[in-house]
Amino acid sequence: MRCLVTGGNVKVLGKAVHSLSRIGDELYVEPTEDGLSLRAVNSSRSAYTCFLFAPLFFQLYEEGSPDPDGETFRCKVLMKSFLSVFRSLPSLEKMVEKCLISLNPRASRLVVQLHCKYGVTKTHNLSFQECELLQAVFDKELCANMLRAPARVLVDAVIHFPVTLAEVTLGVSPAGKVSFRNYLDEETEPSRTMVTELCLSEDEFQDVQVQQQSHVTFCLKEFRGLLSFAESSNLPLNIHFDSPGRPAIFTLSDPLLEVHLVLATLSDPNSSSQVRSTTLQARPANGAFPTATPDDDFMGDDIDSYMIAMETTCEEGPGLPSSPTFPQRCPHPGAALESESSTMESDLEGAVPGTPPQKKFRSLFFGSVLTQSQAGTHPGPSQDVLAEDSEGES
Amino acid sequence: MRFRAKIVDVACLNHFTRVINTIAKLAKTCTLRLTVDKLYFILTDKVANGGVSMWCELSQGNFFDEFQMEGVAAEHNEIYLELTPENLSRALKTAQNAKTVKIKLTNKHCPCLTVAVELPSLSSSSRIVTHDIPVGVIPRRLWNDFREPSVPDFDVSIYLPVLKTMKSVVERMKNLSNCIVLEANLNGEMNLKIETDLVSVTTHFKGLGNPPWVSEDGSQNSTQDRDPESMAEARIDIRKLLQLLAGQQVNPTKALCNIVSKRIVHFILLHEEVSLQYFIPALA
Repeated sequence: MRCLVTGGNVKVLGKAVHSLSRIGDELYVEPTEDGLSLRAVNSSRSAYTCFLFAPLFFQLYEEGSPDPDGETFRCKVLMKSFLSVFRSLPSLEKMVEKCLISLNPRASRLVVQLHCKYGVTKTHNLSFQECELLQAVFDKELCANMLRAPARVLVDAVIHFPVTLAEVTLGVSPAGKVSFRNYLDEETEPSRTMVTELCLSEDEFQDVQVQQQSHVTFCLKEFRGLLSFAESSNLPLNIHFDSPGRPAIFTLSDPLLEVHLVLATLSDPNSSSQVRSTTLQARPANGAFPTATPDDDFMGDDIDSYMIAMETTCEEGPGLPSSPTFPQRCPHPGAALESESSTMESDLEGAVPGTPPQKKFRSLFFGSVLTQSQAGTHPGPSQDVLAEDSEGES
Repeated sequence: MRFRAKIVDVACLNHFTRVINTIAKLAKTCTLRLTVDKLYFILTDKVANGGVSMWCELSQGNFFDEFQMEGVAAEHNEIYLELTPENLSRALKTAQNAKTVKIKLTNKHCPCLTVAVELPSLSSSSRIVTHDIPVGVIPRRLWNDFREPSVPDFDVSIYLPVLKTMKSVVERMKNLSNCIVLEANLNGEMNLKIETDLVSVTTHFKGLGNPPWVSEDGSQNSTQDRDPESMAEARIDIRKLLQLLAGQQVNPTKALCNIVSKRIVHFILLHEEVSLQYFIPALA
């Protein structure tokens, strides 16, 4: 395989690698006839991203001949090593004129050669491991909701959240309101944590297709990685999502490049299938969105009754009335999860030590370990698929 | 009990944000006292704070276009809230180009100070960001804990040197010692000293000037009897001093300190619309 990237595309490639590095520790490289694909997945298998550079992106694109079995060559390299080649984007832009990536399956190295100004050539020899196909199973056509917006709008939206925030909840309503809210997980005490919510109107989006009110919670850090790439590329970002628990799919595309980011979303134990016991407060639990919109000037937040209650108990003695609390989250794994994913989840929670146990992230479905030739039909969602696990994994 | 306020002017918003940022650097949690005319940020001298206390006063009219406050009861027309100023600081940080900022006391899942920021957007309707900052409502029976501290019976009162200079001196001294001795006399001289087993460093400031204090009955202050050359000193925690100096984002109009020998140092920083008093006790 030989690919030659020139001019401004070198910076695009660099930015893509930065975005990929926010997801996983290993970069999967696969030259195909549709172009060069760079993929990454995180350790808990809850985030997957794929950058597919079309042959026209390159000044020269040689896929390389398939090996005797008819298999295209695939390998993975350490993300850290690959990223170090493209570490400094400003110097990439200023100094690098061409970037040549070449791979010879029989050699033991992936070679990235940067041809810079003043006759300087930097050659990086990276070791690689052969690997199986890394392919998350997802279909954006199956998602009920879609939003398209210029990256700028979304960048401006997430800027209001602290950099350290782990998860964000995106909510939409058929009335045309789109909101982002920081997600408070079960361990955070609601009475101590600031809640930030941003509401955008439909007009800020280039396209909004929403069938019913819904909300999904996904990892913000991974999303920010894609956003910074999207902002520099000036391409609109599409967000396809469905009900909580089903993956959210973020895409960017133009004739030369197609980017997919698939993030698992938190499944909601308070799904509508369960009958909820009566709750005391006006504002529903974090899962559902409050029906009051910010425009209505804070109706329903009657502090006076709280104060009256508090003042009277003060005079009497001990104990303030407890603030209306969130209802107890009672996870009913049996009721809330679909059958195939519950098996998946329990498998993964056992198998992957890195998976945070409390979070009920549905993991993505991955292509089976069967080789491509054997996996004739596209595995459907009902199949009990296994996570990709190459033989090299320690 | 009600509180709603609105800021429309960009400069006022900017200024208010800077005040909050300063408070956030000085205290992790503090008390916000609201009256009809003023806002106060108060830190009492509990052991948890290392004995420091703070009293910061702002006139609401200088910042807010609308300000409505209804206290706990008619004869106690005030509200006392416990809050984490860092949260308020964060909420205001991304609001600097807002059309309006509204702050209201609400009861969401618990009492909150809700900051609603209306931001300009390309579409016809504005973008709204709301931040719900949990606060604690302090009951009336505890209000006595938060009274304005009186000016101590000091030995020397002196204007501070340029804060930026003082800060860079103290910053370097911090690497050498945990305590710093602040001493000054009525001749406008101040020394900052640190002393360790290996080294002692002193920075001398001269020509600072001493503010004229007149006591309430009009008579001259008793410090007039004091030998102008004699230094009053206090040994204080260097980090607390640095916290105060580092938190200042704008140069105050007036900055001075009152030293009660070996007991406490009382700093007063006055800006046009904000006054800040900070007390650092002397170490044993």
